[in-house]
Amino acid sequence: MRPTAVLPTLVAAALSATALTACGGGPGSDPDTVKVSFKQSTDNNIKVLDTFLADIKKQFEKENPGKKIELVPIKAPDSEYYTKVQQMLRSPKTAPDLVYEDTFLINSDIISGYLKPLDDYLAKWPDWNQFIDTAKAAAQGEDGKTYGVPDGTDTRGLWFDKAIFAKAGLPADWQPKSWDDVLTAARTIKEKVPGVTPLNVYTGKPAGETATMQGFEMLLYGTNDGKTDPLYDESSKKWIAGSQGFKDALTFVETVYKEKLGPDVADALDPNFATRVRGELLPEGKLGINLDGSWLPQDWLEGSGHEWPEWSEKLGLAAMPTQNGQAPGKVSMSGGWTWSIPDKAANPDLAFKFIETMQTKANAQKWYIANSGIAVRKDVAADPEYVRAQPGIKFFTDLVSSTHYRPAFKAYPQVSTAIQEAMEGVTTGDMSVDEAAGGYDEALKAAAGDQVVEK
Amino acid sequence: MTAATRHPGRALTRALPVSPALVLLILFLAGPIAYCAYIAFTDLQLTGQAESSFVGFENFRKAFQDEAFLNAVWLTLVFTVLSSLVGQNTLGLALAALMQRASKPVRTLVGGIVITAWVLPEVVAGFLLYAFFRREGTLNAVLDLLHLPSQNWLFTLPILAVSFANVWRGTAFSMLVYSAALNEIPKEITEAAEVDGASGWRRMWHITLPMIRRSIGTTLMLNTLQTLSVFGLIWVMTRGGPGGKSQTLPLFMYEQAFQNSLIGYGTAVALLLLLVGSVFSLVYMRLLRTEV
Repeated sequence: MRPTAVLPTLVAAALSATALTACGGGPGSDPDTVKVSFKQSTDNNIKVLDTFLADIKKQFEKENPGKKIELVPIKAPDSEYYTKVQQMLRSPKTAPDLVYEDTFLINSDIISGYLKPLDDYLAKWPDWNQFIDTAKAAAQGEDGKTYGVPDGTDTRGLWFDKAIFAKAGLPADWQPKSWDDVLTAARTIKEKVPGVTPLNVYTGKPAGETATMQGFEMLLYGTNDGKTDPLYDESSKKWIAGSQGFKDALTFVETVYKEKLGPDVADALDPNFATRVRGELLPEGKLGINLDGSWLPQDWLEGSGHEWPEWSEKLGLAAMPTQNGQAPGKVSMSGGWTWSIPDKAANPDLAFKFIETMQTKANAQKWYIANSGIAVRKDVAADPEYVRAQPGIKFFTDLVSSTHYRPAFKAYPQVSTAIQEAMEGVTTGDMSVDEAAGGYDEALKAAAGDQVVEK
Repeated sequence: MTAATRHPGRALTRALPVSPALVLLILFLAGPIAYCAYIAFTDLQLTGQAESSFVGFENFRKAFQDEAFLNAVWLTLVFTVLSSLVGQNTLGLALAALMQRASKPVRTLVGGIVITAWVLPEVVAGFLLYAFFRREGTLNAVLDLLHLPSQNWLFTLPILAVSFANVWRGTAFSMLVYSAALNEIPKEITEAAEVDGASGWRRMWHITLPMIRRSIGTTLMLNTLQTLSVFGLIWVMTRGGPGGKSQTLPLFMYEQAFQNSLIGYGTAVALLLLLVGSVFSLVYMRLLRTEV
């Protein structure tokens, strides 16, 4: 070998060695650091979770000298956040010690073996008794073990603009008794108050899970007897196809867009429409009735960038009625997020300690109020300070008694996409209700691997 | 007998300096590609599954029965032909030819504008064009001024809007390549043709185009491959909607792999996209080979 040939070889070998070892020694191996990954809002003005976590980090580091919290924000819309987290959870090199999980996907992630059961920790944690049972169930796997600590929940209802209602001659204490009442109000607004959108129901694939949950399921779960799940049959453990309720809910969506009671179809199918509803249409008094979630005021709080403290005088709240007013008369959907410990976490014990700090009564209460969340701790729900903290909290907390959780099983994300496609078909008018429902049944069979029952 | 077989020791010594690079290539390039090809034959999911299994050609069978996939293939072809073959390529050539004759300030100005579009990150370009095409956007404002009917382009003609966006963004590349190629043509040849009385079009057709044939081939190939993989631009402008009317293969692949969590199926679609790319490449390579 010529002497000059030695140098490049050595350099190349050294380079490859550093490249290879750089992959091996990933972060997270420090036993004193807890890595906490969470969803950061894509709106730079909204820093509710960031601020809360920064505060808890300070508390935790003060109470546990020598231990460190490393916050790992993931700035993404919901659907991309899930994807990113799932990719991180696959490998011990990238898995954080604590992860913020939407109950929407938690079962799916449990089945994948991404999360650690927390039962041993929970048994030793007295505060766990304060959590309401439905919330505890939201983070339970099919094996009966609990995989997350919920940090609140949400409910959904009808927000309406009192000024528009006054112009249309509708009552300020409006409470519709059936779907027809909702449509009648929208038709009245369309006739008497031109220039505003009478009724918004989120729809279509661009809106994603927002369309499924705030839109379709708020209708579908009101077609039923109020007890059994209209999407998933618990007894046979199969998904339900071909139900009349499904078609009725689609017909409602079709009516809204066909009669031009809803937003312009092109607007409704704009991926950024939900942001516009909260940021422009409602505050500017351009939307009559909005079927939406309990968290809207978090965008209007002071320091959020879109302050609108007068909202509670301008907007009224009504529960979403069942289809024909059948018992229990009102319907709501609930979801929410939980804090979970990844199966591949490096410091699970310390991570649970961080959950305990986050979920003391005082901190939990601070968090519910900051993010317009609905309490899942009994002691907070009963605290007058919480009830008074924000207008609307009592209304939405009362809806918890008639709320439903989604069947968060493995096929749900695809079922949700299929629902959005069916909605989009009737929204644009490309499909009849029967065609769209038929398309859903097909997609359901593909997604659920034929675990489907006709009803 | 070759040198290698005569002196195996020396061949080995000579290969030694390249071997680290080779190892890295295998590890970081060939490895992932092979892994992807393997995954395409499994039912691997991002979530909702404890372990995956080998399913043979199931994912590919599923793709060809999936209307949404066939729709995506069709839209990919439309998008590629419109924006790469017709748009970027022809417009790039036209701009390059016109700039040959333009004065220096005009050349600098036009070149500058076109290249700015090119160097912008894809997502930024996407947002710019979203703002241009949306209902309250620039295009409709201009149409209103001219008393022409405006419409929501992203809703009514989404595939045309994103194709236009890709032309806007990608023309600079072909313009640069063609400018270089045109500069290579010896002045005497065009001048001789001019003296013989050949018109501008005839000179273009009989002299210029044959002489830059190789550049045309290369540009077409690179443009096409780049266009086939466009994702960010369409994602920002339309997310493939409405109703899948601008969902090209990369967007379909993303939806399957990352929104429906079907990594196996998504990867199979990616392999099929690779196939579409290689078909285009083969056609161009044939074109390149034919002597005029």
